[in-house]
Amino acid sequence: MKFSYFPGCTLKNKAKDLDRYALRCAEALGVTLEEIENWQCCGGVFTTAKDEIATKLSSVRILKAAKDKEQPLVTVCSACHNVVKQTNHAILTDKEFSDKVNRYMADDGRYDGSTEVYHYLEMLRDLVGFDALREKVKSPLSGKKIAAYYGCLLLRPGSVMKMDDPENPSIMEDMIRAIGAEPVIFANRNECCGGYVVMESPSLAEKKSGDIVRNAKVQGADMIVTACPLCRYNLMKNGADIPVIYFTELLAEALGVKEDTNE
Amino acid sequence: MNKKYLRDDIIRMSGVNPKKCMRCGKCSGTCPAYDEMEYHPHQFVSMVENGDIEPLLSSDSLYRCLTCFACAERCPRGVEPAKLIEAVRLTAIRRQGANRLTPSDIPAMLDEDIPQQALVSAFRKYTK
Repeated sequence: MKFSYFPGCTLKNKAKDLDRYALRCAEALGVTLEEIENWQCCGGVFTTAKDEIATKLSSVRILKAAKDKEQPLVTVCSACHNVVKQTNHAILTDKEFSDKVNRYMADDGRYDGSTEVYHYLEMLRDLVGFDALREKVKSPLSGKKIAAYYGCLLLRPGSVMKMDDPENPSIMEDMIRAIGAEPVIFANRNECCGGYVVMESPSLAEKKSGDIVRNAKVQGADMIVTACPLCRYNLMKNGADIPVIYFTELLAEALGVKEDTNE
Repeated sequence: MNKKYLRDDIIRMSGVNPKKCMRCGKCSGTCPAYDEMEYHPHQFVSMVENGDIEPLLSSDSLYRCLTCFACAERCPRGVEPAKLIEAVRLTAIRRQGANRLTPSDIPAMLDEDIPQQALVSAFRKYTK
């Protein structure tokens, strides 16, 4: 299986582990992820206003690059996934937006919204399959109690993201089961960590993230996994005294492709 | 600015129809930033509907919304208050000299772990 891959800005800097382990695990699972050339940052958040065009063009170009290679697009960062998927949806459903976007795209060729966008977790579930994943596990993480923290960006808006039930998701728990560990369900798993507000109002992020960590621990979690660099940062800065790691790192451990040395 | 023009512009930008709101308050009940807001999501909906927008434009509530879409997901009428708040925030920061965040503010906010995602997202939300 071969896909176009968009890592995004943070995965080349502060979230190298999210990228590195995603690539290593894909290889172990027989998946080739081809990084899109000359990509630009998605902007981190999707601007919902209908008259915001330029802020969405980097996502359109990412989608177009995958289309040109006739490959589905795989993302791994929650924020990138949200922005790219919402942009694609806007092109498919809002003709005025699509027309304006395509005026900017004149030199690159028209983009029609036809690229299929998968988050890495969806790739595991829908294309690789959790049963196939289970068979590739080299060191099952038995005995570990792991809380999957979704946050907001992977799931909402549910009608656009269509990854899972936005109020009662199971995709990460199913992955955790497939690698032999025990998922911990907790109430705040799909509540916001405070996100970008940490820049402007750190006390709000502290409160939200602190509640999430406490809630996961009360339910018995030894560890929290996430797909979002900003969620991870907020949880780690605000009260996490249990490890908060990327789901790709956990997967790498189970697949036996995690090395001890960190760059 | 003309009150009706401002109201219609925000409705057009957001694509939200505030008249669909049935005043149940679920958006504010589920909002993670509720305690930090002067005007809450349900108030944004009714104030925009009534054209009472100037108080919203100058309120810090605009910068407390996390755009987490909890209000939009859980609204029984599909009103999507988050999109309305975003349209009001853009109306505020698109005014000349009204950027909430400038590059010179950034160094004081940094620590060695802060992800690039936090910076680009904050600029998208607070600056034009």
